[in-house]
Amino acid sequence: MPIQILMPALSPTMEEGNLAKWCVKEGDTVESGDVIAEIETDKATMEVEAVDEGTIGKILVPEGTEGVKVNELIALLLEEGEDASALEAATETASTAPAKAEDKPAEAPAAAPQAAPAPAAPVSESGDRIFSSPLARRIAANEGLEIKDIKGSGPRGRVVKRDVEAAIASGTGKTAAPTADKPAPKAAAPDAKTISQDDPIFKLLPEFEAVPNSNMRKTIAKRLTESARDIPHFNLQVDVEIDKLMALRKELNSREGADYKISVNDFLVKATSLALTRVPDCNVAFTDNAILKFKRVDMAIAVAVEGGLITPIIKDAASKGLATLANEAKDLAARARDGKLAPEEYQGGTFTISNLGMFGIKSFNSIINPPQGGILSIGAGEQRPVVKNGALAVATVVTLTLAVDHRCIDGATGAAFIKELKALIEDPIALML
Amino acid sequence: MSDTNFDVIVVGAGPGGYVGAIRAAQLGLKTALVEANHLGGICLNWGCIPTKALLRSAEIYEHMKHAASFGLGAKDISFDIAKIVERSRGVSKQLSGGVGHLLKKNKVKVFDGYGKLLGGGKLSVEKDGKVFTTLSSKHIIMATGARAKSFPGLEPDGKQVWTYMEALVPTEVPKSMLVIGSGAIGIEFANFFHTFGSDVTVVEALDQIMPVEDSEISAFAQKSMEKRGLKFKTATKVVKLDKAADGVTATLDKNGKTETIKVDKVITAVGVVPNVENLGLDKAGVKLDERGFIQIDGYCKTSAEGVYAIGDVAGAPCLAHKASHEAIICIEKIAGQKGVHPLDKSLVPGCTYCQPQVASVGLTEKAAKDKGYKIKVGRFPFMGNGKAIALGEPEGLIKTVFDEKTGELLGAHMVGAEVTELIQGYGIAKTLETTEEDLMHTVFPHPTLSEMMHESVLDAYGKAIHF
Repeated sequence: MPIQILMPALSPTMEEGNLAKWCVKEGDTVESGDVIAEIETDKATMEVEAVDEGTIGKILVPEGTEGVKVNELIALLLEEGEDASALEAATETASTAPAKAEDKPAEAPAAAPQAAPAPAAPVSESGDRIFSSPLARRIAANEGLEIKDIKGSGPRGRVVKRDVEAAIASGTGKTAAPTADKPAPKAAAPDAKTISQDDPIFKLLPEFEAVPNSNMRKTIAKRLTESARDIPHFNLQVDVEIDKLMALRKELNSREGADYKISVNDFLVKATSLALTRVPDCNVAFTDNAILKFKRVDMAIAVAVEGGLITPIIKDAASKGLATLANEAKDLAARARDGKLAPEEYQGGTFTISNLGMFGIKSFNSIINPPQGGILSIGAGEQRPVVKNGALAVATVVTLTLAVDHRCIDGATGAAFIKELKALIEDPIALML
Repeated sequence: MSDTNFDVIVVGAGPGGYVGAIRAAQLGLKTALVEANHLGGICLNWGCIPTKALLRSAEIYEHMKHAASFGLGAKDISFDIAKIVERSRGVSKQLSGGVGHLLKKNKVKVFDGYGKLLGGGKLSVEKDGKVFTTLSSKHIIMATGARAKSFPGLEPDGKQVWTYMEALVPTEVPKSMLVIGSGAIGIEFANFFHTFGSDVTVVEALDQIMPVEDSEISAFAQKSMEKRGLKFKTATKVVKLDKAADGVTATLDKNGKTETIKVDKVITAVGVVPNVENLGLDKAGVKLDERGFIQIDGYCKTSAEGVYAIGDVAGAPCLAHKASHEAIICIEKIAGQKGVHPLDKSLVPGCTYCQPQVASVGLTEKAAKDKGYKIKVGRFPFMGNGKAIALGEPEGLIKTVFDEKTGELLGAHMVGAEVTELIQGYGIAKTLETTEEDLMHTVFPHPTLSEMMHESVLDAYGKAIHF
C-alpha cells in the first residue's frame, strides 16, 4: 500500500495553500528529510520534507495549483517492493474515502512544526508605551506637540503637565499658531514667522479662497518649519543603476502563484533598511544630551494623502522579506489614504523614505522628519547614458538624495551609508540573503 | 561618630518634624529630633486632633437632639463638658504616645529640650534655661511651627479672651461668645460651643467667612450655620475689647459704623505667626520673608547652607499635611533620592470641620478667572443624592472648576456631610493630572456621597443625570 503524502498545515491557522513547486518528479527516490515540495501561504513560502523513504509514485496535484486544502492527497510514495500497480488502488481509496487520510496523519504534516515558526508573532511587536498624564496629552495635542518628543519628569519618566509646559516655554515644540487664548505662549514663539490673512499685501493680490488649516496641515507646518530652521541639513546624492533590480523584480513577480507584487519602492525600502543595519550610525536621533542609536530600523514611508501627507511605518523593516514588506507597505498605504491608520502606525519611525519617482521627478531634497536623523529622497528610474569601461552605454538609473542631520551624522558616515545602499541596490540578489 | 554628631537634626516634633525624622531614619540617616514640649506638636496636642475629638462629641450630641427624625427616642439628653474635654485630652495623649513609639521603633534619638542654632552646623539644646548638650550635623531642619497671632488691644489673657489653647480645655460652656476670625480654627470652635448651647457670634474682617474658600461654598456654609442659630458679621473689625467682671464688651466696626456686643468669652483666631524667635536664625544666617516666615526654596533649603525649614514656620498654607509633605521632600532631597519634586501648593487640600463640613483643593472659581482661565463650572447638590437623603444630610454642594481649553481640574470645592473624607478623590485626580474625561469614565460606587463628585464633573459638561 503506497504511502499517502497530504497537503501539510504549515501554521495552526492554515486552511489551504498554493503548491508552488515540486522539487521531485515521479520515479525519484527520496529519503526522509529530503525536500519534496514548496508550499506558499499568505504569509510565507515553506518547504515540505519527506517523512518516509521510497519512490515518488505519482504526483496528484501539479505545481502551481492554488488553494489546495490542508490534508488533500497531493502525491503517493511507493515503499520498497511496491510497483505502479499499487497506485491505482491507492488513489481510488483516497478519493472515495478521504477519511483514510487519517491513517497516516503524521506523514507530511509532521514537517509542520519546524516549518511553521509562528508567522505573525515577531511582526506585531509595537513601540514601547510612553507614560504620560491625560492632562499632559491634552495640552500637547492642543499645542501640536508630540508626547514622545517630551522628556518626562514624573514617576518612572511619566510625562506630566510641567514637562509639556517646559517644552512649550523652551521652544522644544515651537508653536507656529498657538491656539491659546492666553497671551503668554505667543511670546514664546517670536521666531515663528507666519503671515496673517489680514496682511495688507493680500489686498493687492487677486481674489482668493481661504482654506482653513487642518490639523494635519498645522502639524506639517509646525514640524517642518522647526526641522528646516533647527536642523543643520546636508544632502548627499548618488546615481544607482537598477537594471538588475528590475530584472529580479520581474522574475519574482512572475513566479507562479505569487501572492505579492513587489514594487521598485519595496526593493528600495528593503535596501535602505539593510544598509542602515550595516551602518547603524545613520539610524540615529539627536537629543540634547545624547545621540540615540536605534537597535532596529522602523522605516517611515511618506504617503501623499488628501490634504497632506502621512508617514506609515514598517517596523523592523530590515528583518522582513520582500514579499512581507510589499504586502505590508501596500496595506499601510491603502489604509493611510482611507485615514484608517492607528497612531502607532504612523508615529515613531527611525528613518524616512520619500519617493516622487512616479511623477517623473529626477531628484529632490527632503526635509528631515524630526527626531529622525535622515530621510532618503527617491527620484524616477529612467534610462540614461552611462559610461561603462570607457564606452557609452544605456542603463536604468535612479538618483537618490540623502538628507541628514549634521548634529548626529557626519559627511563620511552618510557617505558610508550611501555606498552600502548603492552596492545593495546594484547587486539586488544580496537583498535576498 | 560621636553621640552628638548626626546626619540630620530636626528641631520640632510636630507633623512636619516627626515625619521628617522618621523618614530620615528609614533612609538610613542617623537622626536626632529636638522637642521642647509634646511629641506630635500643636496638631496632635492642641490643634487638629483634639478639636476633632471635641467636634465628634458635638456631632453625636446634635444627632441625639434630632433622634426623633430617625424614628429614635432620646429623652433627657445631656452632656458633661469635663468628660468631653477629658476624652479629647485622652485622644491626644494616646496619639502622642504613638508618635513616641514610632520614633523609638525607627531609632530616632529624641532630645527633650529647646533647640537653638549656633551656626556652622551646630545646635544647642536647652532645658530650663541651661544648655545641656550641643549637637552637630550637616543638615538641620527647623520645624518649629507657629502660634496664635494677636492684635494690639485684642491680646488674649487666657481668662476672658482665649486662644485655641484655652478653648480646647473649657471647664464650662460660656453663655455667649465672640469668635474673632472665621478661618478653620474660629469656625470649628464656634460650631462646638454653639452646639452645646452658647450664643456665638463670629466676626470676620473680610467680606466672606472662611476667606480662602470659594465664595459660593462659604455663602452656602454660612447660610446653613445661620439656620442653626450661629451669627456672623462679615466685613467687620473688632476695634477694642473692654473687659469687666461680668464679661467682655467688644466694639465692632463695619464700614465706619460701630456697634458693641457683650459676651462672656472671646476667642481670637485671627491667624498664626511663625515661631522664629530665639532660635539663633540670625546667627546661622537664615533669612525671613516679608511676612516673617523662614524663606525657603522648593526643597525647603533656607538661605543658610545646611539649614532647612518645613511646615508652618516656612510659610502658608499652615496645615499639618503640608508640613508632613514638605518634610518628606526635604529629607528625600537631602538623602539624594530620585524623583523628588517641589511641593505644588495647588495640590494641598483644606478642610474645615464645621457643620456642614467644608473641603477644597485647587483654585476657587474666582481665582481661576483672575488667572485668566476660561472655565467650566459644575455643581451638584446633596439634595440630588440618594445616600445624602438616606443619611438625613440633604444640605450641601459639590462644585468643580475646569479649564475649558485643556479639561484640567483646576479646583474642587465642597460643603456638606463627610466632604473632608471625599476631597482626596479630587486630590488624586489632580495629582495624576486627569482631565474631565477620566473623571467621567471613573465608576463611582452607588449609593455613596462620592457619586456627587462624578455628577459635579458631568454637570460642568452639561451631562449631569440626577439634577
